[in-house]
Amino acid sequence: MTPTEATMITPADLAGGGVRGDDPDVHGKFGRFGGRYVPEALIPALDEVAAEYEKAKTDLGFIREFDHLLRTYAGRPTTLTEVPRFAEHAGGARILLKREDLTHTGAHKINNVLGQALLTKRLGKRRVIAETGAGQHGVATATAAALMGLECVIYMGAFDCERQALNVARMKLLGATVVPVTNGSQTLKDAINEAFRDWVTNVDHTHYLFGTVAGPHPFPEIVRDFARIIGVEARRQVLELTGRLPDAVCAAVGGGSNAIGVFHAFMEDQDVKLYGYEAGGRGAENGEHALTLTQGSVGVLHGSRTYVLQDEEGQTIESHSISAGLDYPGVGPEHAWLKDTGRATYEGVTDEEAMEAFALLARTEGIIPAIESSHALAGALRLGRELGPEAVILVNLSGRGDKDMGTAMKYFNL
Amino acid sequence: MTTLQAVFDKARAEDRAALVGYLPAGFPTKDGAVAAATAMVEAGCDVIEIGLPYSDPLMDGPTIQDAVHRSLTNGTRIADVLRTVEGVAKSGAATLVMTYWNPIDRYGAERFARDLASAGGVGTITPDLTPEESDPWLAASKESGIDTVFLVAPSSPDERIARVAACCTGFVYAASLMGVTGARESVSSAAEGLVKRTRAHTGLPVCVGLGVGNGAQAAEVAAYADGVIVGSAFIRRLLDAPDEKSGLAAVRELASELARGVRR
Repeated sequence: MTPTEATMITPADLAGGGVRGDDPDVHGKFGRFGGRYVPEALIPALDEVAAEYEKAKTDLGFIREFDHLLRTYAGRPTTLTEVPRFAEHAGGARILLKREDLTHTGAHKINNVLGQALLTKRLGKRRVIAETGAGQHGVATATAAALMGLECVIYMGAFDCERQALNVARMKLLGATVVPVTNGSQTLKDAINEAFRDWVTNVDHTHYLFGTVAGPHPFPEIVRDFARIIGVEARRQVLELTGRLPDAVCAAVGGGSNAIGVFHAFMEDQDVKLYGYEAGGRGAENGEHALTLTQGSVGVLHGSRTYVLQDEEGQTIESHSISAGLDYPGVGPEHAWLKDTGRATYEGVTDEEAMEAFALLARTEGIIPAIESSHALAGALRLGRELGPEAVILVNLSGRGDKDMGTAMKYFNL
Repeated sequence: MTTLQAVFDKARAEDRAALVGYLPAGFPTKDGAVAAATAMVEAGCDVIEIGLPYSDPLMDGPTIQDAVHRSLTNGTRIADVLRTVEGVAKSGAATLVMTYWNPIDRYGAERFARDLASAGGVGTITPDLTPEESDPWLAASKESGIDTVFLVAPSSPDERIARVAACCTGFVYAASLMGVTGARESVSSAAEGLVKRTRAHTGLPVCVGLGVGNGAQAAEVAAYADGVIVGSAFIRRLLDAPDEKSGLAAVRELASELARGVRR
């Protein structure tokens, strides 16, 4: 399909170009959240990325190139699938899935990495590094690096390397070096620490291709803008299919990139409720969870002021989730702001609820979702029963479940 | 209580650089940290930085990460950090706390500044607190009469150096290289230029840290800086020692070597 002006991404789709009122301020603050808490050595690099992105986001040449990659490489636009057999379990509400699982590499992460890989080339850097939890962002980064001829190093918690061994193999096959991180909890947060250490050492020729809407300014804004296409397409598709806007939009929240990606185009539609579902792990009461927004407190983690799982002395508390992609004790600052302003609602979904939804979607619709996305599906089941059969609920199916088969085999004794 | 100003005045009068040593509180044990820092002071350290152990030390290399992890595993709390400062300050050294921002943020900026001053601490070094976010901490520190030390890096453009230096009292911490903490084979050549550029924006002393680990390197840095900061090399001595007694002897020996270095 040839992109036409009518269907192509516009500067407003990508970044707003100043047309929206909810961009962070000059210091990267969303209200009291965000900002920069990083070693001074990194400030010039962050300034450089911010300045280059400011230019890129209104440069039609850049936007065309990004748009072209999304269409011809990532497989956009992704389709919208109505799932009536699944929805029977949600009180009969209409449930529509935004199929990010059908993108190349199998998750929404590809949108951000293609944008940032293009930005890396504009910055004149030859090497990218990234952190990864479930491995999806690592695979996506390794993919974009292979496509664009960039050297690629992925930091991944040793514990995650084990539970996502298939993704480790994929990254290696794509030519990336995967470094297992053995300190701390050996999960995503420790991979981020290690990636920052690499970046401060190699910043002259390396771009840190940050994978979620957290971290220091400008990452929360850049990652959001590159993921924003999810909601832009979905909003159009829901209108086409149903003739109206959805009552609610549901997404899973770890760091929060797929959620911001689908939420953002609906931000000014005040009647559309936004629901983010965090990983409740083994349950809020026993402390083994990743309920950053619903159980955490305000603090600083990985360069940004946001909600954090921390003890009374500011030490990070290790999170738990059956889904590696949601196993993170922080969250993007824009989500913290959306929580405080009340624009979005955040709730927990336990491992058990997520795995039930995972199996239910597979059985009723023939779609095996990522366990991350299954948290949003479980949330939609709950929400549908509350809202009733007239409701239309959009769910961001952020990724596919192929990578989770090891976990599923164990969980369900398959 | 010895102030930073007194330290640098004295060093200048003796025509030498000041020696600054770093150790995290609670490492190798709570009492062991006080003993080791005291030994370092007795052997020639003018200033001690007590590290506040934090779960996510993203600008620290493997040596400090290891020590901090052990300290946290030992159950070190902020009250222990303050007790450590109190113990070390008795040795006569100007004693600072080096900490990532979140523990202070959570503890309360005013409360931390007050409690640190009460413990005999003279200031803080805050490696991930940027000037843009520093207002509450500058106000609290001023109120309690403690110094605020921030870092500049080789990558810092001049306007950034000016901005950071304007937030500093006591001294400016010049990171000698682009990287994390840890001893290196040689001191980065970027350090001297950075000290020179920093002096153009401040009359405060400028101390160099990251990658300094022996007497020769200390002498090299002392030739152009007001202070030499050593951390990982002390920790390495403690990590490698078979027992506490030989650990103390090893840090004492290193401090003596460095103290001779800054006097060359």
